[in-house]
Amino acid sequence: MSNTYQVPTMAQKAAAGETPEVLFWVGCAGSFDERYQAVTLAFTKILTKVGINFAVLGEEETCTGDPARRAGNEFLFQMQAISNIQVLDGYGIKKIVTACPHCFNTLKNEYPALGGNYEVMHHSQFLQGLIQEGKIVMKGGGEYKGKRITFHDSCYLGRANNVYEAPREIIKALDMELVEMKRCRSKGLCCGAGGAQMFKEPEKGNKDINVERTEEALQTGAKTIAVGCPFCLTMMSDGVKNKEQEKQVQVLDLAELIARDQGLSG
Amino acid sequence: MSSLPQILFLLVLGASGYILYKRISYLRQTILLGKPLARNDRPRERWKTMALVAFGQKKMFKRVGPALLHLIIYVSFVVINLEVLEFIIDGLAGTHRIFAPFLAGFYTLAMNVFEVLALGVLISCVAFLVRRNGMKVPRLSSAELKGWPKLDANLILWIEIVLMLAILTMNASDQLLAYRGVEGYIPLGGLWISSSLQGLFDGLSSSTLLLVERGAWWFHILGILGFAIYVTYSKHLHIFLAFPNTWYANLEPQGKIPNMEVVTQEVKSMLGLQATPEPTDQADIGRFGAKDVPDLSWVQVMNAFSCTECGRCTAECPANLTGKKLSPRKIMMDTRDRAEEISRANAAGKDGVNDGKSLLGDYISQEEINACTSCNACVEACPVNIDPLSIILELRRYTAMEESGSPAQWNAMFQNIETSFAPWKFPPTDRFNWAAKVNQEDTKPTTNE
Repeated sequence: MSNTYQVPTMAQKAAAGETPEVLFWVGCAGSFDERYQAVTLAFTKILTKVGINFAVLGEEETCTGDPARRAGNEFLFQMQAISNIQVLDGYGIKKIVTACPHCFNTLKNEYPALGGNYEVMHHSQFLQGLIQEGKIVMKGGGEYKGKRITFHDSCYLGRANNVYEAPREIIKALDMELVEMKRCRSKGLCCGAGGAQMFKEPEKGNKDINVERTEEALQTGAKTIAVGCPFCLTMMSDGVKNKEQEKQVQVLDLAELIARDQGLSG
Repeated sequence: MSSLPQILFLLVLGASGYILYKRISYLRQTILLGKPLARNDRPRERWKTMALVAFGQKKMFKRVGPALLHLIIYVSFVVINLEVLEFIIDGLAGTHRIFAPFLAGFYTLAMNVFEVLALGVLISCVAFLVRRNGMKVPRLSSAELKGWPKLDANLILWIEIVLMLAILTMNASDQLLAYRGVEGYIPLGGLWISSSLQGLFDGLSSSTLLLVERGAWWFHILGILGFAIYVTYSKHLHIFLAFPNTWYANLEPQGKIPNMEVVTQEVKSMLGLQATPEPTDQADIGRFGAKDVPDLSWVQVMNAFSCTECGRCTAECPANLTGKKLSPRKIMMDTRDRAEEISRANAAGKDGVNDGKSLLGDYISQEEINACTSCNACVEACPVNIDPLSIILELRRYTAMEESGSPAQWNAMFQNIETSFAPWKFPPTDRFNWAAKVNQEDTKPTTNE
């Protein structure tokens, strides 16, 4: 047995004649963004620990096309989408889980019009399912017990797809005190990164959106800001730094919170 | 009795009907400047949405205070307008309160209900006037409301106040005449609100009182007909368009952007997945995305005419909240104003579409559409299910695909996706490097413990 665990890829599984239960769609941020790689690792560890038969596409994965479509480049979006659908269908994939709400929304809502039909879940829904089934038993207690936490609703999870409960159920299971921001759920304020804003400087204004949102999060008095989106994670972390609170306040993804509870170090 | 008032009434009614017919035809034509869009699927869900959102005012109740005041005006508008039926019959037949003898006690009750509602409208309109002009509600004092939109909003409130005062004056004088036994006037046994106004008219002679009563009657019915015509020129059109607008609203998940079928065919043929599409009438395909109103769908144009400029969208817009130029309300107002500009020119026999102007550029700037985070807060906030985001997206599509005019950083992002298959410039071969960081110890299955 080698010392390094091998994350299973679809190619390997296919070569071995296996069909994994679920594809973990890592996404560009999950693959390349150094901070979000930690979330990818946390989620992978949870899946492995629980014994989920999963695989990733590895180098065969490419951008879903979400930012291109939202910036108006429909050609590029469809090039990406149609190529991805060919790969996904080539492996006979039925079920996909992803930690990125943008990938989630695109795969779930926009690929069907181009012939790609899959059951798509956001990792918060998947993780909540595992908790409900008793496959993840939260230890609770420890450094997080009773601590204040607030959850930032991502636009592409919340308003775009009405996923409001799964992340909150996870936080509840963590035995932490959830304090809602003034603008939450369907009234949640964007972090500022959606609609391809992540990939350009903001237009001229009097404030950055992530700072506005971070201020609201800090007002709750929570020392942990939970997110479920790579872009929100970046924007909220930058916001916390802007407010010089990075020593006191942590911005963590839901998968990271669970991994820590389970003693799966980062 | 002379039949002159009846003839006059018939003329007024006919003229108003004709003007209204012309105005409605004009609005219909203007809305149909937009491209065809078949949105008749899931009728059950559509009726339900209309019942809840338009009829039931569901989304108004995100802000309870204004919602209650608005509800009073809305309910009163619907209920008091039942009386207009009687006005019209009386006006044409030369009768007075024709329903009173048939409905007897119920008629008195109905009048009392109308009066209570009229008082409610008075109070609500005064409250709205104070709120709009005296209090600094940001969404009611933004730049895009300067000029006509602000005047329009205030005019509507004043017209409603005056119309309600006319009803109460009419009832007060009418009942005084009835008690004095003047022929044709029917005592209704004391009306709850107008009776307290009777002191104002008690000193008048019966003949003067008769003038007051007739004056108020005519003022009210002329006011209502005038208001109906005024509405077609006003943001107040939402009182009718809210219904079709919610019926034809988007029922798909808010995050879903509709697919461009034209592009799919081209992309598939580029990827060798299907034969190159027959070069059908190129002229019919039109441009990608939207530069001007005729590039939008008719539902998007109807959205613009359904907008009552309340600004709940703009108040929730993260870009606007942080001082960016984008205001979803302005997107809708611009779309409507440009549609009207085209339509007016067309009506005058000119070519309104090719007048050298366009929605994008002359009304809406790149800076505005570039600021949108596509967060759907505006869509969620709209009490009548208007979708400003769908218009912004079409304008972006035009910019990106027809003009390659997207911000430089977006063009770089496009290029990264094309060459590295990620929005950032990383070698695609590095995509799976993260996996090397997973340690054996962390991943022992717990299932066989």
